[in-house]
Formats: sequence, structure tokens, C-alpha cells
Amino acid sequence: MLATTGLHFNTSFFWSHLTNPTTAFLQGLWTTVYLAIVSQTLATILGLFLALARRSKIAPLRAAVWLYTWIFRGTPLLVQLMMIYDGLAAVGLYRFSNITIAGLVVPGVVQAAVVTFTLNEAAYMSEIIRASLNAVDSGQLEAALSTGMTPMQAMRHVIVPQAVRFVIPPLGNDFNAMMKNTSLASVIGVSEMFLVSTEISSTTFNTFEIFAVAALYYLALTTVWGFVQSAIERRIDRRWGIVRPPRSSWLSSWGRRQVPSFGSGATIGGSIDPALEGLDPGRR
Amino acid sequence: MTEASSDVPTRATAASAATASTTDRADGNGAQATSIVEAVDVHKRFGSLEVLKGVSLSVERGEVVVLIGPSGSGKTTFLRCINHFEKIDQGRISVNGRLIGYRVDAKGNLREERAAEIARQRAEIGFVFQHFNLYPNKTALENVCLGPRKVRKISRDEAEELGRRLLQRVGLEAKFDVHPAQLSGGQKQRVAIARALAMQPKLILFDEPTSALDPEMIGEVLAVMKSLAAEGMTMIVVSHEMGFAREVADRVVMMDDGVLVEEGPPRQIFDHPAHERTRAFLAKLL
Ligand SMILES: Nc1ncnc2c1ncn2[C@@H]1O[C@H](COP(=O)(O)OP(=O)(O)O)[C@@H](O)[C@H]1O
Ligand SMILES: [Mg+2]
Repeated sequence: MLATTGLHFNTSFFWSHLTNPTTAFLQGLWTTVYLAIVSQTLATILGLFLALARRSKIAPLRAAVWLYTWIFRGTPLLVQLMMIYDGLAAVGLYRFSNITIAGLVVPGVVQAAVVTFTLNEAAYMSEIIRASLNAVDSGQLEAALSTGMTPMQAMRHVIVPQAVRFVIPPLGNDFNAMMKNTSLASVIGVSEMFLVSTEISSTTFNTFEIFAVAALYYLALTTVWGFVQSAIERRIDRRWGIVRPPRSSWLSSWGRRQVPSFGSGATIGGSIDPALEGLDPGRR
Repeated sequence: MTEASSDVPTRATAASAATASTTDRADGNGAQATSIVEAVDVHKRFGSLEVLKGVSLSVERGEVVVLIGPSGSGKTTFLRCINHFEKIDQGRISVNGRLIGYRVDAKGNLREERAAEIARQRAEIGFVFQHFNLYPNKTALENVCLGPRKVRKISRDEAEELGRRLLQRVGLEAKFDVHPAQLSGGQKQRVAIARALAMQPKLILFDEPTSALDPEMIGEVLAVMKSLAAEGMTMIVVSHEMGFAREVADRVVMMDDGVLVEEGPPRQIFDHPAHERTRAFLAKLL
């Protein structure tokens, strides 16, 4: 306690919550993590289909996906969250209620959050995947077709696997943002890390301390993800037979992720399509 | 092209697909069976630019045709039409007596085939690209095996055995598990040839297979192509390698400005060209 200087920082409260968080806080942390993972996974799958639909021959389908992307990228996530949970119920369209999946109760608010984050992120993922598919050299499609693959087979066995390499850096950025954006789910009452912190704050009045703890846990999540992402990128590079010089420190990989440069290794043979340069990592 | 004539050779195609051998595939379908590629009055436009202005060419089974001509004369475009990478605006192309990319509808008009049928046709036509177009995320062996596994649907083991055999054949037994990034240009092109061979094609199209290579690597690729020719593979090769053409080609065809200017045995075309445009082109080449 540093009360004499007018600064009220409860050091012992801070340390005890940091090193030995309450069960409620840990549950909030877990909710944050799975909300982000489930939403990002579903959004990636949905985004792939949206990206493929954008290449479809059927014009109305292309237009529908364009409209979808336009709306979800052009409106605030918070507004989408309110409309999907409270709004749909208010107009009597749909009310999210608790359901049980494999013996696990999934609260309605969590479902609404997953649905919203997925729909929102899928709009971004579809753009990322679209640009990444375009970044695969057109000679690859022709090579696949020349061996008798149908365009669908070529897409599945040749183009999509190669596009993955271009998808990972911007996807990593989005997942980083996703983990932080899950805090918005607190407004509809999802007990994730931010809401739990708010509750601890209002009962203990150690506002700065508990949010500092929360911030450090968010930082830990995004940092761990940074390592995981680098490992995935290196693994993909190895599968391409590309050997990159080891990075000098984790900080340099952090910096690289903020401004994604696709395939930064000088040893890479193929050029990277300029279409990818339109991807904006810091758009939220 | 009538319905009937497009039907009969379809059966011939299926029958000869069963025999992997590159020789003796003329299985009693008369005159048609000896001519494997039949291009008649092919026209191709890109917008207002007419690139092919009525190209007719017939290639016999086992024949090696070398296509020469100035840059921009339409050689690549013609090759691409043969496996329907490009739609044609007029004329027709058949391979093995079967129209490529099109079928004749009830009214006698040409209609584009379904994607699956076009793919089936392409499986029998190998294509070797100037820039190799190997799959960078796959090893040499995987590059060769992917087509047989996904298109012919053979097992992984079977495909790998085939792949190893073909890579050995092109002299790359030491490179099975190496990625394209670690191969020289000559090695890449040999993998690409093995990849084409893995589909057991009846015909292989080569688009300037050595022009992206350093001079010291050209020989190894041409040697593989020579051995293919010796085994009776039908090949259409866009190339300006005169030595190769003299030694291997049954026929040299000169293309200029979207038309075939003249054709004949290599010695005739190179030593006694009949056409002024051929003479001018060869003079620049030397
Ligand atoms: N996809 C395309 N779109 C427009 N023009 C093309 C296309 N492909 C080729 N061309 C044009 O067609 C002409 C012939 O090209 P090409 O067949 O590549 O010639 P070559 O292989 O003999 O050098 C060139 O003028 C080229 O610019
Ligand atoms: Mg060309």
C-alpha cells in the first residue's frame, strides 16, 4: 500500500490474483479462449466457402456474398452482437436459450457470441482466403488440370493447400484480434475474462489491479499465440522445402506479424502476388 | 464431325487406355487410329486480336513434331488449344478421333463439354510447361504421384512405386524426397516430364521446355525427351533447339503470324526452307 503518496495500488491483491486467480476468473479465461478458438475455426471454414462462392459462376451468389461481406465489415461488432442476441429476441425472430451438447450446457449468450463472432470474422476470412487463393500462381491450376484433374479437384488438392501458406499470417493477426474482441461479449452477459474482472472490480474496488491482471492474461494469450503461429509458419515452410534462417528473437517475429510480409524468406523461389498487399491487418 | 464418328473412337480410347505401352495402340479402327491429333482450320481470337488464323495439323501416332516460329506467332496458344486450355473460335481439334473440349449437339452445333469430360480428355494428354509449374509444397515424388492418385484413384503405394520408377527413368533416383525449391532448373523440368508420364498419356505437348534453363542444363532435359521419342511417344514440341529437332523430329513445322507457313523433314526445313519467312526466321536464330 502506498497510501501516503496518494497512490492506491494494492500490491498483494494484484499478486495474489495474478499468481492464484479465483475459480471464476479462470472460468472466464477459459471462456475467452474457447470463444475465440471456436469462433475463429468456424469463421475460417465459413470464410472458405464464402471465398469459393465469390468465384462462382452464379452471379446472384457472388452478389449475396459481396453484400454479406459489405455489411459485416462495415458495421461495429458490438452492434452486431446486440442485434443478434437482444435484437432477434426483441423482434421475436429467434431467442438463444441454453442447450446441452455432449453433456455440456452451452448458455444462450455464449451461442449468440459464437454466432456473431463467427459471422463477423467469416466476412474478413473470406477476403483473406480469396486473396490467398488468387496469390497461388495460375500455372499451378494449369499443371493440375493438365494431369486430368477437374477444376474442383485442382482447387482441393493443389490450390487450397498452397493458399494456406498465404492465409496463416493474416489469419494469425485476426485470431490475435479475436481473443481481445471476445471481451465485447460481456455486454450480452457472457462470463468471459473481462466480465469476471468487472465483477471482481465492483466487489473489491481494486479496479486498476484486477484489470492489470486481466491485461496481463490477455497479453499472455496473444504472446503464446505468437509463438504458435511462428511454429505453424516454420512448419509450413519446411513442408515447402524452404529453410529460413532462424529468427534472432521472438520480438522480431512479433514485429513481422504486425506488418505481415508473406514468405519473408529470401530463399523463396516464387513471387508473391500483389493482390495480397491489399490485406489490411490493422483494420479494427 | 458426326455423332457416330465421335462415338467409335471413344471406345478406342478406353481400349487403348488399358494398355500402358506406348507402342502398338492402333487397335483396328482403320485410318483414324493412326492419326492421334487432328487440327482442322483452328481459329483463335483474344478480343480483337486473331492469334490463330486457320491452323490445320495432323500428327501420327509415335510422331515427333517440332513447332518453330517467331515469338508471338501463336505456338503456345496452339498447344494450349490442343488440350483445351483455350477455347477455339472456329475449326475443330480431335485427339484419338475424339473432339477435344466440345461435343456435337442434336442440332449439329459444337457445345463445350462438361468439366469432368474435359478433365478425362486432358488426362491422356501430357503438358510440359516452359516454367515447369511444379507444386512447390510437394516433394518430387509427390509431384509425380498426385495425378495418378487423385485422377486414376490408384493407391498411395502403387502411385509411389510408379513415381519412383518414373523419377528413375528421368535420372532423379536421388531426389525423391526433395522439394522443387532445392532442384536445379533441369531437374525441375525432368520431374515435370515424369509427372506428365505418370498419367500414361498418349501424347505429350512441350512448350519451350528448355528455354527457361541455363545452357548447361538443356542437354539433360533433351536427353530425356529423346529417349521418350525413341520409345515411340507422340510429341509436339515447341522448341528452337535445332540439334534436337534435326536428330529427333520426324517433322518440323514453321508457324508465323497465326498460320503454318511450311512443314517438312528437319533437313528440308533447316537446310532448304521453301518460304522466305522461314529463311528470315532461321537466319535470326543462328
Ligand atoms: N491470354 C491472352 N490474352 C490476350 N492475348 C494473348 C493471350 N495469350 C496470348 N496472347 C497473344 O497472342 C499472341 C500469340 O501468343 P503465343 O501463342 O504465346 O505466341 P508464341 O508462343 O508463339 O510466342 C501474342 O500476341 C500474345 O500477346
Ligand atoms: Mg510461347
